Amino acid sequence: MIEVENLSKSFGSHLVLDQIGFEVDEGESIAIIGRSGTGKSVLIKHLIGLMSPDSGIVKVGGQNLVGMSERELLLVRQKFGMLFQGAALFDSLNVAENIAFPLRRTGCSDESEINRRVDEVLNLVELAGTNLKMPSELSGGMQKRVGLARAIVHRPQIILYDEPTTGLDPIVSDSIDQLMMRVRDKYQITSIVVTHDMRCARRLGQRVIYLREGQVYLDASAGEVFNSQDALVKQFIRGEANLKEVNF
Amino acid sequence: MKAAEGVVKKFSIGVGRVALLACEVVRSLYTTRIDWAELLKQINFIGVRSVFVVLTTGASTGMVFCAQTLYQLHKVKMDSAALSVVGIAMTGDLGPVLAGLMVAGRVGAGITAELGTMRVTEQIDAMRTMSTHPIDYLVVPRFIATVLAMPLLTILAWVVGIFAAYVLLGSVLGVDQASSLKHMYYYTDTGDVLMGLIKALVFGALISLISCYRGLNCDKGAEGVGKATNEAVVQSCISILVSNFFLTLLLRPILKSF
Ligand SMILES: Nc1ncnc2c1ncn2[C@@H]1O[C@H](COP(=O)(O)OP(=O)(O)OP(=O)(O)O)[C@@H](O)[C@H]1O
Ligand SMILES: [Mg+2]
Repeated sequence: MIEVENLSKSFGSHLVLDQIGFEVDEGESIAIIGRSGTGKSVLIKHLIGLMSPDSGIVKVGGQNLVGMSERELLLVRQKFGMLFQGAALFDSLNVAENIAFPLRRTGCSDESEINRRVDEVLNLVELAGTNLKMPSELSGGMQKRVGLARAIVHRPQIILYDEPTTGLDPIVSDSIDQLMMRVRDKYQITSIVVTHDMRCARRLGQRVIYLREGQVYLDASAGEVFNSQDALVKQFIRGEANLKEVNF
Repeated sequence: MKAAEGVVKKFSIGVGRVALLACEVVRSLYTTRIDWAELLKQINFIGVRSVFVVLTTGASTGMVFCAQTLYQLHKVKMDSAALSVVGIAMTGDLGPVLAGLMVAGRVGAGITAELGTMRVTEQIDAMRTMSTHPIDYLVVPRFIATVLAMPLLTILAWVVGIFAAYVLLGSVLGVDQASSLKHMYYYTDTGDVLMGLIKALVFGALISLISCYRGLNCDKGAEGVGKATNEAVVQSCISILVSNFFLTLLLRPILKSF
């Protein structure tokens, strides 16, 4: 479904992605883990063509996104849903309008159908009845859930989650984890989740990719990664800081 | 020397990018259907809500300009010509320029701050993931609304400016209103009116394109948005003043026959 080959990207002199390569099959669910600032968000933005690489190939369903014009990319992106790290809800639109946005923009004009779909996904994220609220009236966790509803309302084939649970309390994180699993199982969506929440990675990722210093350090099944004897992987999973790396 | 080179380079790159944006907008006008709800919202924000500032500046400028002109003309006993001077200046230059500067300050800043914030909070990226080109959804409605609103606001500035001058002449300055009006009709011709309207259209296009460009390309963070807003207003105003000069030179001979 998605193939990434030799993907490199730098900002100025700062090399963020260094020859990244991996593949994602249809229906698979993958967790990308790595420390803050290793370029997880940058990588996920390349998968959907929001950023273009300095070199390398990103193929989605056999089509190479690199070098496509924005208008061509818009068509490819109809396959995708994406939840942004900061939810990225449109603050001039209310919750229902936010969720209906991808439907309306892909030509669906039957208002009763739109309302039905909006209510369906709002129920799924346990926010029924908030249709008319503005994003600024919602808490961070609620915004994330609305973002999730907006990402799945048009039934995408692939869904990208950028840190869906970061900054949320454990209970809400748990409900979001369960939601993502429910969405994955209900609609058979290919899911890619970027996270540094190990519980989320463990539950959602059938396969785990560990990014380190701009490279794929480890790409293996969840079982292998979480039982890995590799010192660096173990350290990351357990969340132990190497004291030399901590600078006040 | 190096600094000057840098400024020239930055300036030409900026002009080029805005021109490219203009091409994209024109293409989008032809190829994608207009979002009417969004367009109405923008017409309200850009046009309707600018009425008050344009009324105030129009009236104030009309009166001050009229009084100053009259003091000078009075010396050569041409009191009844004051209103025609106001009329000609208002229609061809002052009206569109004043409306343009006011709209640049009010609307340009608003557009840049809004689009800049959307960019910084990834709303523009989110839009791009939902099969929506930011130019179609954000720039085109703002462009159409500004280009439509500017001529109307300019006409408003003319009307209040000249009316305020007319009232002032009769009530306070004691000049014969009827002969003032007659002179104004005689000296102000269709060419001035057309020139004012064409300028208003051009200024509207410049304001919306520059403000949208600055907003869509602003740097990250609150500071980036602030800086972009500031630049958008300054650059819109300068582009209005500079293009006003060239438009006058260019349009005068063409419109002379009207
Ligand atoms: N638009 C940009 N311009 C310049 N540098 C950037 C840009 N976007 C990201 N970077 C740099 O790329 C690096 C990776 O950023 P990225 O946001 O992908 O990190 P991340 O792995 O998602 O971190 P986090 O877990 O904190 O979200 C950072 O060092 C950042 O400074
Ligand atoms: Mg990130």
